[in-house]
Amino acid sequence: MTRWAMAIDLRACVGCQTCTTACRHTNATPPGVQWRKVLDLEQGEFPDVKRTFVPVGCMHCADPPCMHVCPSTATKQRADGIVTIDYDLCIGCGYCAVACPYQARHIVHEREFAYADGPTKSEEARFDEKRMSVATKCTWCVDRIDSGLAKGLKPGVDPDATPACVNSCIANAYTFGDLDDPQSNVSQKVRGTTWFRMHEELGTDPHIFYVWDEK
Amino acid sequence: MNRNQPASVKPWHQTNWDWRAALNFICGGTGTGLLVAAALFGGAAYPWLALVALAFVGFGLFWVWMEIGKPWRAINVFFHPHTSWMTRESIVAGPLFLAALAAAATGKGWLIVLAALLALAFLYCQGRILKASKGIPAWRAPAIVPLVIATGLTEGMGVAAAALAAAGGLADRTPIIVLVVLLVAREIAWRRYRSALAASGAPRGTLDVLGRMHRPFSVAGNWAPALLLAASLLVQSGAGGLTIIAGAAAALFGWYAKFTIVARAAFNQGFALPVLPIRGKGERVPGAKPGWQKPAGG
Repeated sequence: MTRWAMAIDLRACVGCQTCTTACRHTNATPPGVQWRKVLDLEQGEFPDVKRTFVPVGCMHCADPPCMHVCPSTATKQRADGIVTIDYDLCIGCGYCAVACPYQARHIVHEREFAYADGPTKSEEARFDEKRMSVATKCTWCVDRIDSGLAKGLKPGVDPDATPACVNSCIANAYTFGDLDDPQSNVSQKVRGTTWFRMHEELGTDPHIFYVWDEK
Repeated sequence: MNRNQPASVKPWHQTNWDWRAALNFICGGTGTGLLVAAALFGGAAYPWLALVALAFVGFGLFWVWMEIGKPWRAINVFFHPHTSWMTRESIVAGPLFLAALAAAATGKGWLIVLAALLALAFLYCQGRILKASKGIPAWRAPAIVPLVIATGLTEGMGVAAAALAAAGGLADRTPIIVLVVLLVAREIAWRRYRSALAASGAPRGTLDVLGRMHRPFSVAGNWAPALLLAASLLVQSGAGGLTIIAGAAAALFGWYAKFTIVARAAFNQGFALPVLPIRGKGERVPGAKPGWQKPAGG
């Protein structure tokens, strides 16, 4: 079996938001919608202040509440763990959005552009009517993974089969791969470090591992 | 304007369900409570009480239909009865309307009882819809289910008591006693809900909103109408007026509570770090949970 997972090394992330930009470029998300966000968290009081950058998005939970509540079965989970949305089935009720504890889902009802005087050529060319008024979220670039696998490439190793955010990271903070393969880079990262998962107490079994220290 | 949020760390108010969704919980609760009241105490008046109840439920469903992004695909809402409480609510709605309409048309007692049972199922589904919303601490608390049920029944009984009193007085005092019991039950459910949220450590925004709601809801929405109803049992004249005022207050403050919980207190989970990353030779530093009553790990 394959179980895709991601590890993000919080010690390495510098908050440059290149992953956010790469995601927006790859997935053509509209203004205001970031499937991959980087939180900027300041903790403490001067002079003892710590600043942490935390990339967040869909955690592709093993037990995804968004899928359980979805009344239309638009939200599904593939055998490899990736949580998907069928835009043709989704009714845009927003139930998944309130069920997700990671604020990873977005519903856009009006077409908006980066500039006030109408769409850029890129926005015009890449506009997808199917994504209007339905739930959208990070797919872990599932199309790149699938096409890469079809070409015999290895997700997390070969850039053409790897999510855009992972490819773009300037600090190599991201690791992506098959958690069921003990030799994969993500398995080695998880095994060799100390990590936590966001809101783990909620029982969603999220599959982004936040590395915060050595083993 | 698209209402997606920037990269915020603290919990912020959800933007996906607004007053239209709140109306579904408000009208669905009152309508189903009214159907139960009609079955128990409607007597000869139950056909028109049942029609009013259906109007409530239908009005709520209409507004939630107006809120969804793809209203012409609404039929897809029936596709996931295995786990989705929204699907289950929708499935119950059909037989509920059929049974209540048939009861109103034929006057057969067993049909209104069937409609009342389906109304209870519908109301239970509404409570579970909120509880399954894992991203909203104010909704996912298990104590939300008894609160939604208690307030729905109280609102419906309040409307029924007020309507029957206005239409010619209540010869039988049992509905008034039942409404007093329901008001007390709603107060208990409300206090349990608030305590559970405070104990679990909800977002500060949620606790602030619910804190501001507590006094008006508890005093004017529960205790005052209960006292008015108790007084109506003792006085010889003016009992009808007291019942009408108390019934209206029971309904109106129930609507206020649900609007507040759905459209004002629904702050999301936000983000939290149980520990901060250790860089270089740094030491372990406790994490952060901005915007929450309890710190990370609490």
